[in-house]
Formats: sequence, structure tokens, C-alpha cells
Amino acid sequence: MAQLAMVMNLDKCIGCHTCSVTCKQAWTNRAGTEYVWFNNVETRPGLGYPRTYENQQEWQGGWIRKANGRLALRSGGRFKKLLTIFSNPKLPSIQDYYEPWTYDYETLTNSPATDTFPVARPKSLLTGKDMNVEWSANWDDNLGGSREHAARDVLLAGIEDRVRMEFEKTFMFYLPRICEHCLNPSCAASCPSGAIYKRSEDGIVLVDQDRCRGWRMCVSGCPYKKIYFNHKTGKAEKCTFCYPRVEVGLPTVCSETCVGRLRYIGLVLYDADRVLEAATVAEDSDLYEAQRSVFLDPEDPAVQAAAEAAGIPGDWIEAARRSPVYALINRYRVALPLHPEYRTLPMVWYIPPLSPVVDIMRETGHDAEDRGNLFAAIDALRIPVEYLAKLFTAGDVAPVENVLRKLAAMRSYMRDLNLGREGDASIPASVGMSEQDLYEMFRLLALAKYDERYVIPTAHAEQAHALEELATDCPVSSYGGGQTGTLGEGSGKPLPVAVENFRMLQERQTSDQPVEGGRVTGRVNLLSWDGRSAPDGLFPPGAPPRVPRRDGDGPQAARDGREGS
Amino acid sequence: MSLFLWVIFPYLCLAVFVVGHAWRYRYDAFGWTTRSSQLYEDRLLRLGSPLFHFGMLGVVGGHVIGLLIPRSWTDAVGIDEHRYHLGAVIGGLIAGVMALVGLAILVYRRRTVGPVFSATTAMDKVMYLVLTVVITLGMWNTIAGSTLNLGGEYDYREGVSVWYRSFLAFQPDASLMTQAPIGFKLHALAAFALFALWPFTRLVHVFSAPVGYLTRPYIVYRSRDVRPLGTSAARRGWERVGS
Repeated sequence: MAQLAMVMNLDKCIGCHTCSVTCKQAWTNRAGTEYVWFNNVETRPGLGYPRTYENQQEWQGGWIRKANGRLALRSGGRFKKLLTIFSNPKLPSIQDYYEPWTYDYETLTNSPATDTFPVARPKSLLTGKDMNVEWSANWDDNLGGSREHAARDVLLAGIEDRVRMEFEKTFMFYLPRICEHCLNPSCAASCPSGAIYKRSEDGIVLVDQDRCRGWRMCVSGCPYKKIYFNHKTGKAEKCTFCYPRVEVGLPTVCSETCVGRLRYIGLVLYDADRVLEAATVAEDSDLYEAQRSVFLDPEDPAVQAAAEAAGIPGDWIEAARRSPVYALINRYRVALPLHPEYRTLPMVWYIPPLSPVVDIMRETGHDAEDRGNLFAAIDALRIPVEYLAKLFTAGDVAPVENVLRKLAAMRSYMRDLNLGREGDASIPASVGMSEQDLYEMFRLLALAKYDERYVIPTAHAEQAHALEELATDCPVSSYGGGQTGTLGEGSGKPLPVAVENFRMLQERQTSDQPVEGGRVTGRVNLLSWDGRSAPDGLFPPGAPPRVPRRDGDGPQAARDGREGS
Repeated sequence: MSLFLWVIFPYLCLAVFVVGHAWRYRYDAFGWTTRSSQLYEDRLLRLGSPLFHFGMLGVVGGHVIGLLIPRSWTDAVGIDEHRYHLGAVIGGLIAGVMALVGLAILVYRRRTVGPVFSATTAMDKVMYLVLTVVITLGMWNTIAGSTLNLGGEYDYREGVSVWYRSFLAFQPDASLMTQAPIGFKLHALAAFALFALWPFTRLVHVFSAPVGYLTRPYIVYRSRDVRPLGTSAARRGWERVGS
């Protein structure tokens, strides 16, 4: 089968959160999803989002291998799930994420003249009452409050006494996370309704919103906590790998807008019959190699023939051959899976950062491009390497060291070339690569253009007019519109995702009049507020109505006059 | 009057129940959910929700036995009146108290926990009210009617149950209900009102009890092609080949 997968090069991540913000604008700028970040960026060491999600002793996500060698959900099998269905015992509460809030901006403009500046107080989006903002999706960003927070990082258990939490002395890197679109998704396995499915064409894991009944077992089942419960609609939502975009060959929003250009998207062909076998290997540290062995070499004629026989179109096989993801995972072997020990076989992989090592070398006055120095530093800096191993290889430091050595070798080999010197062939040889391979890896990591980083075959042309993002199909006529109220928020027929997120936003931002008379049912998310009207719930009751009157009086007339002049 | 109360009104409610569900499922599959509020509050829910739900499962089971199984059947398997009565009262009391205590905890939680209260719809409030009335009247019938024998002895298996079976067989005998004590009458009427409300509340989640989970494979694969692409219907002339 074919799977769309992603690789992120952590060395290039500057922690700007552009991916998170654009993703939120595109997908989760609705009431009920205020706390939902399909994409979030964590500072490591740190607690992550939601807090300490990696502590599976507590949250019971993912799979375990039982003593009899069979795979089981860590939180219990089918009967246990049904018996605990009335109150999920392992559901993170909103406090483990954070209580969403907005600000009472109206006091800033309506306040009478006073000696002190008026203050826009934070208001809870759950209760509408004043609240103290105490946590958010990236509260410990850039090691903020690290002595208090980062020290509680789950992965530091056992080495916490050796990690210096002084701000200047600790190592740090960023970890952007989206849904892993696992080959063996434990969220799907946990869903009592069978609403979560893996698309057989491209392996994207999706929640069928019409079949989800809000049992919440998927939230507990996902060890990465990348399924969120929309508390307004009562349904689970998750990263969609921007399927309306990738169907037409566009990269996901997070990739498209990534400032560091650190994301790669491509196809990986894999043997679906061997997925369970790979997820069941005895040792956690063997899972990385086991998952790699499930991927099939797209250059192998036998694989191509089998793919064709399985109905994978020719252009998809061609895309798999050019896939940057496959190259980084299996050809250069520099990409590693995130927490393979959860046994879900995740499909968003990471190139671990060499930067903590390089930074320390440079700060201590050493030549940070010299191979010998870097290799020695990788050996000497046990703590960062062990930490990376806990993140990417279930604690096995050897694969992490190999990757870091390759990155170090690339660094020092390319310095010679950049300075116009002859390349030193012994450098690639010392990490088991040819000069040609090392250079091509450098090209892919440093120079690759848009169409090399994102090799996304489109869904098939004969279906294209109905794909969501193209929307050349009848635009809005037949959508029932989200009738709200009586049966609970969001009842009625759902709008197509692309229309809801693109056309509605566009209409609200460009129309001259408040859309729908300025009334927006439910709570207001300021990310999607157009600033043209005061929707219900933005301000506490009792404030004068801010919707401009149409009788020629008031601010509307004043603005019209100004625009006319 | 008795014709309206025990024939017309029940059938009206039944019709609303059936048609309402069909309509809701077609029109509002997206709104068909438990509307869980566990994300907001956990501690009270962990106590109240299982109490209420398991209690209700017991209550429903008891009603199935009491209403649908004729006396002749239990006589045939050798359960005499006394033993049946004992089992019904004890089982009914346990299940009823569980449901009622659970409901009290849940309603208290709904009123006092801020986020849960703001997420409560008008339909929820109506539903809670009717549900409480139905359960309380049911408990009253169990305690007052069957245990304390207030207002004389009444054997519902010769009265209400027979009427209910005649109702389900579409040959309703209203006279059986007119002789029943007032508690049973009110309980039945309130229950039918609840049935009529059912399709328009979150109670619809009862019908998605996920028993299929026990037999289906863990990982579901689905092809993009199974459903029409996009959520809108294909326009005339644009239907996909083979559809």
C-alpha cells in the first residue's frame, strides 16, 4: 500500500510557530476547538502539549506487547473499553491542555477617562467568567520556567540529576508535531464506533464526523494525544494531513508555510501484511529497524509490479521513486520515528538535531566544522544523545549516533567544497557513505526546491472536479447550512471542509456588511473574528449593542462618508 | 378521555419516536453524539455517570421482564408470585436507586460546574426534567405500590403489562389502564412524553451503543472512493460512472 508521510529536519526548526498558527487558521479556528492544535511546536526538554503526554504509565496510550507475544491496547481490550464507556478513566481534562480564553477588549474603548489605563481582562471561553491565564499550548516555550517545568519532562526520568537546568547550560531544540498517521493507529483501534479509518489510497487517518459518537476512547488511545475532543460538537477531531490540499498535489498548510523549509512530504510504499509483525517485535529498540523493513524499495521492479497489481496508479509509483521521505528514511537513513516504543508505527519522522552538539563546540571555542571535533563531541555529550534516543529510538543510542555522525560528516565535507578545496573522500567513508551519496543528501537537506521537498501525486484527474479544495463543483447551493441551536451546536449537515474554512473566512473578511447580520452563534474565536461586528458572547451582557444601525446615523454612516470622500 | 390518554397519545408518541429518529439520522448524523462534557469535569462524572447508566440498564432490563413477559411464561418455568415479586422489588430498588442517585449527581454537576452549565442546551433541561419525573414516578410505584401497598394492592402484570402488550400488538385495550393506580398512569404518560422527546435530545446516543466494536477488526481501512467525493451531491450530468 502507499502512504503519504512526512519528515522534519529538526536542525532547521527555529521555533517560530508559523506552522501552528497557519494550521489553526485553516482548521481549528472554530468554537469548540479553541484549545485544539493539530500542529504544535514543543521546546525540548519540556512538558509537551498536553502536559506530560509521553507518560504512558499515566495516560495508557498506544500498544503494548503482552507476555504471550501478542499486541494489545495498553488501556485494555474491547470489553474493558465498553465497560468504562460511561466515564473514560484516562481522558485528559481541559486543565491538562489549557482553559481557552479571550479578552474583554471593549473596556479599552468604552472606559471613561480614568487615572489608570483600562485593562482588557482575560475571560474564559468555557464559562465567560474572569480567569487567570495559567497555561497554554506553549507555556514553556524556549525553556521558559525551565527549572519548574522542563525538569518534569518525562524523558528526563533517570537522568534528571545530570541535566543542568540553568538556562545557559542546558541543551534545547524544537519539536513540531502533527498527527503521525500511523501504520498501526491505536486511536482507530480504540474507537468503539469504528469512525476512525485509514484511507487505503494514501494512508491518511481520518475521523468520520457522521459516525463519531463522542465516546472519547480515541483521545486516550492515541499516545501522541493528537486526537482532540471538540467540546461544542461532541465529536473527535484530528490533523487531516490537509487531505483536500494533498489530493490536488499541494503540500499541507504547515509544510507550505514553514519558514525554515524543514518539512518533506512524499510517498512510501509498504507491505501492509507485515505491519502487525513489525509492531510486535520483542524489543522496543528493534522497532525502528522493524518499521524500516516494512517499507518497500520503489526502485525494485518486483515492488513496482506488485504495486501495479494492487491498483496503485503509475504516477503514484513514479512519485514513490522520487519521494524525499523514502530517501531520508531508507536511502540515507537519517530520519527516525518519534517514539517507536508506542508500537503504532508512526509515519512522521524526524532528522535529529545536530545543533545542540555544534552549539556547545562553538561556545567552547572549538572548530565546530571539524569532523574529529564533532565526532568526539557526539561521543562525549552523552546527555543530549541519550535524550534524543529516548525520543526517537526507544533509548537505543547507536542509531542516533549514526545519524548525528552523518550530519557531522556532511558538515565538514561540505566545508571543504564550499571553500573551493578538494573533497576529502575519507569523511563520507567514515560514516559508510559514498561522496556522491553524501553530496546528494546535502542537496536534499540544504538546497532542495519546493517540488523536490514535496512530491505529492494528485488524486485522479477523472475525479478532480469533485475534490474539496478545487470546489469547481456547485459552490454553496446544496449545503444545508449549519443549523444550530435546538439539537445542539453544529447539528445539521456539515459543510465541506474547504468551503467552511476558505469561503466563509473570505466572505467574512471581505464583505462590507456584518455577515449574517453580525450574529454568530456560540462563542467567538478572535482568530476568525473579522472585527466588523460584535458577535454574541464577545462581551458580557449589558453592554450597548455595537452592530451599526442603518438609519444613516452612527459609526456606519461615518465610515461610509469617509470612504466616499 | 381514556381513549385519548391510552390509545391516541401513546401512538402519537410512538410515531414521533420512530419517524423522529429516522429524520434525525438522515438529517443530522453529525449531531448524533453523546455530547460528552467529561473534558470539562471529571471527578463527579466518574461517580455519577456509571451509576446512572448501569442503573438505567438495570431499569430497562426490569421493564423488559415486567412488561413484555406474560405471567403464564414465568409460571411455566416455576417462578411463583412471591419469588417473582421479591426479585422484581429488590432488583428494581437497586437499579432505581442507582439511576436516581447517579442522576442527582449528574444534575448537581450540570448546575454547579461552570463550563458544564454553559454547555447545557434548552433541550437538555427539558430532557432532564422529564427523565427525573419518569424515574421518580417509577420509584414511587415500586416503593408505594409494591412494597408499602398504599392505596390497595395492584398487580401490574395483570393490568399495565397486558395493556402495554396490547398496545404493541396494535390492539390497544384502554380499559386496563383506567383501572390502574394514579402512580402507574402518570409514570406511563410521562414515559411516553419522554419517548416523544427522545429523537430530539442527546438520548439518541442510546441507539449507537457500540456493540459492533466487539467483533470488528481493530484497524478500519476505507477507500476514498466509497463515498461520493465531497459532501455535496453530484450535479445532474456530473454523476460518477457506475453510481
